[in-house]
Amino acid sequence: MSLWALKKQAVAAERAKPNKVNTAQLRAQKDVTELDLPKTMEALFPDPDDFLNFELVISPDEGLYRGGRFHFTFHIVPNYPYDPPKVQCTQKIYHPNIDLDGKICLNILREDWKPVLNLNSIVVGLQFLFLEPNPDDPLNKDAAEHLHKNSASFASQVRQCMQGGVFNGVSYDRVV
Amino acid sequence: MALDSAKYQALYRAILPQRFPSIAMADVLSATENSAATDGAVPTAADTDEIRRLLHDCKVLVVGAGGLGCELLKDLALSGFQDLHVIDMDTIDVSNLNRQFLFRLSDVGKPKAVVAAAFIENRVQGAKVTPHYAKIQDMADDFYAQFQLVVCGLDSVEARRWMNAYLVGQADLANPDTIKPMIDGGTEGFNGQARVIIPKITSCYECSLDLFKKQMVYPICTIANTPRLPEHCIEWASVIAWPDHFPDQPVDTDNPKHLRWLYTSASKRAEQFGIRGVTYTLTQGVVKNIIPAIASTNAIIAAACANEALKLVTSCHLHLDNYMMYTGTEGVYTYTYAYSRRADCPVCGQESKHLTVAPQLTLAELLDLLAESPDIQLASPSLRSAHTNRSLYLQAPPQLEQRTRPNLSKPLTELMESGEEIIVTDRRLPIYLSLVVSFSP
Repeated sequence: MSLWALKKQAVAAERAKPNKVNTAQLRAQKDVTELDLPKTMEALFPDPDDFLNFELVISPDEGLYRGGRFHFTFHIVPNYPYDPPKVQCTQKIYHPNIDLDGKICLNILREDWKPVLNLNSIVVGLQFLFLEPNPDDPLNKDAAEHLHKNSASFASQVRQCMQGGVFNGVSYDRVV
Repeated sequence: MALDSAKYQALYRAILPQRFPSIAMADVLSATENSAATDGAVPTAADTDEIRRLLHDCKVLVVGAGGLGCELLKDLALSGFQDLHVIDMDTIDVSNLNRQFLFRLSDVGKPKAVVAAAFIENRVQGAKVTPHYAKIQDMADDFYAQFQLVVCGLDSVEARRWMNAYLVGQADLANPDTIKPMIDGGTEGFNGQARVIIPKITSCYECSLDLFKKQMVYPICTIANTPRLPEHCIEWASVIAWPDHFPDQPVDTDNPKHLRWLYTSASKRAEQFGIRGVTYTLTQGVVKNIIPAIASTNAIIAAACANEALKLVTSCHLHLDNYMMYTGTEGVYTYTYAYSRRADCPVCGQESKHLTVAPQLTLAELLDLLAESPDIQLASPSLRSAHTNRSLYLQAPPQLEQRTRPNLSKPLTELMESGEEIIVTDRRLPIYLSLVVSFSP
């Protein structure tokens, strides 16, 4: 058999690849295996072969939210990293920048996302939200106003909501 | 530009090897690698007959039959290209008619590729245009293998990334027939760009992805609480109000009922906040992310792309190296520069390495091999099959490491087929390595 025929065969075998790796997946492999999580965070992968979808659990050890375990889902979209991953909080919590549906107001998840950023940038951003809730960029307006008006009362409401239960008609998840 | 002419000549030969039968493959490759070689002369095609023959023989794929695509087809056909194919997944909308001049009112609803192809064939004598009413992602490898050149007039980053990654993936420097240059045009209002990508030789689309800024996105807290612009109200309707009302149904931006609902709720919200300017057209523009298209910008960019196609195929002059920007919003400004290849580009930066190993080798032993082998030397690699998407071994985060650790003691035969491609990354190095592992008989 000639060398050329062998070459053709190899090319044909390569073309028969059933599953072309897409660009989002390539970049995700790098970003996921380079996740640098502090000891207060844990990433959970229900399916180790699918790292486009995973969960992040944040357990702050300081600030108002210390002692809680907060769950977030990450979905890396097909156009990653041109488009940011979709991140949502899966629990109902009392936080000025996270609404009751789990939407998060974090600039790098939307308007300030850039392809040079990576999953670590988002993780740092989320951590910061729990250390420094920001009442000037509210998503849960009531919570933001509460924090503005009376931070001590806001803090005690946060602690109560973290235990779970109904407050002002809203049923919060127990996160401790 | 004399400095690089030898490189370019070699490139032309590499692209059109059958047309330079006297050039040995080894020369092509050594000249390609040796970019500092100087030769002096700008390549010129022998004569008009030769040019005609080249244009006749060259099969060009035009991707997209929209604003840029119509211009590209016209320009390429009138430049003498005689075997054109055009692929587009869209049908003609009445709003296309102001600039997509190959279409008439009676064509509304018909596939763009089919109508455009028929128009060009009818108008330009000798031009054969084959339409494909399909998605680029759905075409088989045989389809792309038939072309010498791909010219893109696309409207999304996603489609460009796919086309680029595909062409780079197929390119094998040892087999010049597989290297298909991609000429990519793009416009946004009065601005545009044209670039020439020669897979695995010049920088690719993905190499410069980090430089792009995302389209206009509004902060979600502004949308939710402090809208100031009509756009904020429309975004509120589509991002917040719609999922609240129809949690199980995503917005279909092509469905007039959905758009009408969004328009109505956005209007109510605007009224509540005393904001003027929410219209049905603006709603359409915001939710469909419509970028204003200027007919003449399309004409400028398409013309630049068509000329590059002509130069690449005939070698009559040096081609664009490799990116031209055109700015029409600040007076007029154009600039050309050569994007460099990125060693850590996930698409073209990955080197392919072939390894032949004993089938009973365990994954742990393969890792040792990667660490020891002098041309690889990866100390903490993460491995994943490009074939099955199976995670073979991932170094981090801890949960993935634990779950993939049992694979380390397994023989490779349990984890993969012979000849399978493995994507290797290493957190200490900015690289992607494509590893093809074959089992020795």
